[in-house]
Amino acid sequence: MPSNRTSVISPQKHPHVSSSELLAFLAGKRFLLDELPFPPELIQSHYEHGYLSYQEGIVRTEHGYQCMRCGNRQVHLFASFMCARCGKMCTYCRQCIAMGRVSECTPLVISAFPIESTVYEQPLVWNGALSKGQRQAAEAVTRAIENNEEWLVWAVCGAGKTEVLFPGINRALELGKRVCIATPRTDVVLELAPRLQQAFPSVPVIALYGGSEDRSKQAPLVIATTHQLLRFYRAFDTMIIDEVDAFPYSVEPMLQYATEQARRETASLIYLTATPHQSWQQEIKRGRRKAITIPARYHGYPLPIPSFEWCGNWRKKVKRGTLPANVYAWIRKRIQTGKQAFLFVPHIELLQRVVSILKPFDHRIEGVHAEDDERKEKVRAFRKGEIPLLVTTTILERGVTVPNIDVAVLGAEDDIFTEGALVQIAGRVGRSAHYPNGDIRFFHYGKTRAMVQARRQIIRMNKEATERGLLKSP
Amino acid sequence: MSEYCLLCHRRYAQRMSWRHLLMLKQTDVLCHECRCSFVLIAGDLCECCGRPFDRVDESYRQGELCIDCVRWKHDSTWSGVLTKNRSVYVYDAFMKEVIARWKFRGDYALVEAFRTDMCREFFRHFPRNSILVPIPLSSARLYERGFNQAKALAELLGLPILDALERFDSAKQSKKSRHERLETDRVFHLRSDVSLPAGASFVLIDDIYTTGTTVHHAAKVLRHAGAVDISSFTLARS
Ligand SMILES: [Zn+2]
Ligand SMILES: [Zn+2]
Ligand SMILES: [Zn+2]
Ligand SMILES: [Zn+2]
Repeated sequence: MPSNRTSVISPQKHPHVSSSELLAFLAGKRFLLDELPFPPELIQSHYEHGYLSYQEGIVRTEHGYQCMRCGNRQVHLFASFMCARCGKMCTYCRQCIAMGRVSECTPLVISAFPIESTVYEQPLVWNGALSKGQRQAAEAVTRAIENNEEWLVWAVCGAGKTEVLFPGINRALELGKRVCIATPRTDVVLELAPRLQQAFPSVPVIALYGGSEDRSKQAPLVIATTHQLLRFYRAFDTMIIDEVDAFPYSVEPMLQYATEQARRETASLIYLTATPHQSWQQEIKRGRRKAITIPARYHGYPLPIPSFEWCGNWRKKVKRGTLPANVYAWIRKRIQTGKQAFLFVPHIELLQRVVSILKPFDHRIEGVHAEDDERKEKVRAFRKGEIPLLVTTTILERGVTVPNIDVAVLGAEDDIFTEGALVQIAGRVGRSAHYPNGDIRFFHYGKTRAMVQARRQIIRMNKEATERGLLKSP
Repeated sequence: MSEYCLLCHRRYAQRMSWRHLLMLKQTDVLCHECRCSFVLIAGDLCECCGRPFDRVDESYRQGELCIDCVRWKHDSTWSGVLTKNRSVYVYDAFMKEVIARWKFRGDYALVEAFRTDMCREFFRHFPRNSILVPIPLSSARLYERGFNQAKALAELLGLPILDALERFDSAKQSKKSRHERLETDRVFHLRSDVSLPAGASFVLIDDIYTTGTTVHHAAKVLRHAGAVDISSFTLARS
């Protein structure tokens, strides 16, 4: 049963304040003055009593400005105008403008009281079982949460990383800690929220993404996209960053800032990833970053290993309206045997060319890319088996899992195929326990470091899984 | 040379040609993709309001006028109040989004994306000795937004701006008697400290032309104050 815990400085000591709707609205959040749906006199009187405080929205720095809401420091993302409010040239942040304008004359408002926390007794209701690898990682996560530490969970594609979090979240809630899971994509928020609510039925869970309705609410368990995180301030004791490598590069500094602002200074920080950047891998190797790996998939079969195949100047061939012979052969074999496959290509323009080359071969072949309006329909049709071969760009590499497929990359040497992207692409194959194998072929016009490192990473994970006894005995 | 696109914030390579260098032409603040998403109004237009005929059904047309303008012309209260309207861009889904970000979200800097097209189109349709009259906001709106979008557009053109109009305060308006209200049942009034130069051509500036009601109301106030030639120019029109 939930019970309230009193903090050191508490609104309870100010009886007329404890009932304040304004302070409840501000709890763990930071808003622009305009965003507060309360009369100005009420806000002012709270301010005069010291119940809330104002922060500058835009701060001058040595080289320019910083936005205190989103952390932006990039010169080209600031602009000034003759402001009718302050009567001066007024600088504002263009990076977070979608959430309302932060300018030099618009303060950010925060509550003077720390957010209250609720203690739950054994809130986790879940009958599933963890694999041995998951269990070891779950223990590390739980300890990190108890001790307010920073940890990285490096889990191979198909390891089942969500469940790994359950015991840790359970422990956090038992300790009255507020938990936030941040993720780059709205579809992950939508997929995760019901699973968390089911596992923690007595705990209010809110899902925040662009256009979601839960926006003004508070809960001890929050799952949010990066932008939504920007409204929080000193709200969480446990921050979990899911798919940390999947955040677009341009969003990274903002995510880092949002994470720093949204968590309490002492909060634990858990990173989840299948493909950490090289710099993090080095830090782990040198013991400078605390990390635990889950090198085995949930089903206990080893990861299928990609093979490389030289295919000559394929770009020239594509321009002429054909494909390299070995690529053709690979596709033909899949279609003849009725095994579904993904064919990854580096760019959208190439995708359209390749699809038109393959259409006469089998008219059911389709192409799909990130901004495709029919993306959902095509993925659904592929899952149903109506499309034998789906040509796609790297964007689809995450999230889409289909039981029994093969995967090929055309032009694996392209810069867009980083080590992480290639590991993710390989990670689409063999996800089901019924079909743990499959062919992964990197067709290339010159082997790259990224290709070699991706392959090496997969082999290393299999080796570690064997050594730790995490694989099914053959 | 590479810059950040004012709209999508992506880095892009500016298209530099000899023409750009020789004529010291301004380089675009938008990337090619964003620029191509703006649709200029062109082709056969309603003589009066500048509506593009190829975007509406044939039944909307009566000779050189659209049926809305025919209606304005037949209404004795409004007939002849507005000489003509011209607009720069088609108010499509893309434009709607851009204007929303600029005006409602308050991303003032986007006004620069309109500069070149605004200037070129304005001088195609209106004389250089025009006096610009931006459509005003109420004081509450102005405070909320921090800037008047119509004024920001007018400032792009480099011509004299006359802040001749003011919006009636809707709060004060509701306190008036019914008779007073009917008397002043208008949106704008002339500012008390303003007198209009005689014989000048006035061009009202606004962001969007929808039905033309706003500019007609504004034009009527100027006409009462003695202006003869009053037109309007807007960033977009539906
Ligand atoms: Zn900002
Ligand atoms: Zn200001
Ligand atoms: Zn752009
Ligand atoms: Zn017309």
